[in-house]
Amino acid sequence: MPDSQAVIDRKDLGAMFALLAEEGYQPVAPRVHDGAVLYAPVSGPDDLPKGIGDEEEGGHYRLTERGDAKLFGHTKPVQGLKAHLYPARQKLWSAERAGHGFRIVKDQDPAPRYAFIGVRACELSAMLIQDKVFEGGPYADKGYAERRRNCFLVVVTCDHAGAACFCASQQTGPDVSEGYDLKLAEIIDGGRHVFLAEAGSEKGRALLDRLPRQAASEADLKAASDQRQAAAAGQKRAMISGVAELLAAQLESRHWEDVAKRCMSCGNCTMVCPTCFCSTMEDATDLSGLKAERTRKWDSCFSIDYSYIHGGSVRNSGASRYRQWMTHKLSHWVKQFGVSGCVGCGRCIIWCPVGIDITAEAKAILKGA
Amino acid sequence: MTTRAKPRLGVFKFSSCDGCQLSLLDCELELLAVTDAVEIAYFLEATRKDMKGPFDVVLVEGSITTPHEAELIRQIRKSTKALITIGACATSGGIQALRNFTDVNGFLDIVYARPDYIETLETATPIAEHVAVDFELRGCPINKHQLLEVLNAFLNKRKPNIPHYAECIECKQRGTVCVMVAKGIACLGPVTQAGCGGLCPATHRGCFGCFGPMETPNTGALADRFLGELKQDKGTVQRAFRSFNANAPAFREESLKHD
Ligand code: SF4
Ligand code: SF4
Ligand code: SF4
Ligand code: SF4
Repeated sequence: MPDSQAVIDRKDLGAMFALLAEEGYQPVAPRVHDGAVLYAPVSGPDDLPKGIGDEEEGGHYRLTERGDAKLFGHTKPVQGLKAHLYPARQKLWSAERAGHGFRIVKDQDPAPRYAFIGVRACELSAMLIQDKVFEGGPYADKGYAERRRNCFLVVVTCDHAGAACFCASQQTGPDVSEGYDLKLAEIIDGGRHVFLAEAGSEKGRALLDRLPRQAASEADLKAASDQRQAAAAGQKRAMISGVAELLAAQLESRHWEDVAKRCMSCGNCTMVCPTCFCSTMEDATDLSGLKAERTRKWDSCFSIDYSYIHGGSVRNSGASRYRQWMTHKLSHWVKQFGVSGCVGCGRCIIWCPVGIDITAEAKAILKGA
Repeated sequence: MTTRAKPRLGVFKFSSCDGCQLSLLDCELELLAVTDAVEIAYFLEATRKDMKGPFDVVLVEGSITTPHEAELIRQIRKSTKALITIGACATSGGIQALRNFTDVNGFLDIVYARPDYIETLETATPIAEHVAVDFELRGCPINKHQLLEVLNAFLNKRKPNIPHYAECIECKQRGTVCVMVAKGIACLGPVTQAGCGGLCPATHRGCFGCFGPMETPNTGALADRFLGELKQDKGTVQRAFRSFNANAPAFREESLKHD
């Protein structure tokens, strides 16, 4: 679709935000807050992290100065878009007493219309996985489906990989081939600062048609492709191949006990993982017992209550909890949803307070097998 | 619909600062709903009325530090159907349990002109070491929303929604950037029970451990991180584990490793 490709000048990028806002979208994009890049509401390109990069390692994250004017020169933000599409706390319904029974109160807020700008390949892959979880099968989550249907996706391809990234080995990035409305590659060449744009949907094409743009040159296409290659080639981490089968055969590996000595069951890895979807229901009443409401909250396979069934919890040891997390992500998920539950974003490595590295643990299990 | 008889509530204080009891007064508007739902039969912070038991539910603040207190808590236990302890003092011994790591008589000689007038125990201990406790609500001080939740659950005969997982979960649910990972600030969150809603990390400080050890605390792994990547010395690590919940077994054992 050559007509769906064009080049947008940096100074015209604001028009994209304005058009999206005009169509009723709330633009959400990477933004610097509290020493990190987060997805947050923005009003235009001036709110983006200009010239900011990120340094990442196991249990370590710092912002850096890139020394250029790139707006998307960082990698993935701290928390994925699941925080928007699948909020950490969500009221599902409330009820009030009516005679001897009760009445459901209809008080759902209308679903927001987000325009997510600056979405990375790993993020988009994670979103497509959560689509399978929440929308596939007979028990679709209507709230998620509506938020998802309402959103406009502007992906940005990475020009380099972070130290924790391993999307290349999971085949989820750094290039993006489907599922977006608009795809951008940010190119700075001397004084020229442009975005190579490609529409991926009718919505995207309609938006691109309304933006000030020029034709893409061969040099622009090459620059974008070089960036993608650099992002793939620069990955320092990789998931071992055949990990799904390996883990399925290593449920009794001695290595689980070894991880358990270091793992604190704090749950940070599951909270930041863009595909983790586990939740718990919280029912609350008011003091008089006349009103009740049900809230869905993120939960984690690292909590004891999460595996509580009548009579007690199933996963009482740290080893069994870490094994649940890792084998579900990398092995059972494939049986359950037809894909791996890990997109290789590396967030669980960075935001683990003690820097436990899922790629290194997989290698260690292979070694002990 | 028949109206239920108002349960009788007593609020008692042992060795403590009153901060947790004050959380109940801090409930302001919700407090009116509480007084609608229960008869406050004993609560010296709020009312001069000094009514005797029996009680349906008693909230106990403070730890046991004197022989008199050890006797009094037994009497209170006999006079109530349910006993809920509130705060770090009542649930682990509180900051005054620092005495458990040293010889209390040494303090008596320094602090009091006539130490022979003072009758005290060698240790500060949680209520549950003396009598059976129906529910322990953690925190220094407790969180008023959690207190209302526990009273509410008791009144409506349901299980309180009080998680025992790590503070990190609340921190992430709130969307706070981890201070340990992004700023290198030591944080007790991974080994501390949730409850405050992630207060300290949201204001750029590490968690101080006010809510005591979480359900499966791996304090050794965290202490290794403090000593390693965060380059803390043993004394600093010991002091981190030795504060409001110094006598909680997991924190106590970890602090003893860093003498
Ligand atoms: S398991 Fe880790 S690397 Fe994989 S998707 Fe989740 S957070 Fe990212
Ligand atoms: S994992 Fe891949 S797509 Fe995600 S930020 Fe890193 S390089 Fe980009
Ligand atoms: S792997 Fe790390 S982040 Fe995950 S529960 Fe263990 S210590 Fe916490
Ligand atoms: S700031 Fe502390 S409580 Fe919050 S996630 Fe980090 S380690 Fe856990």
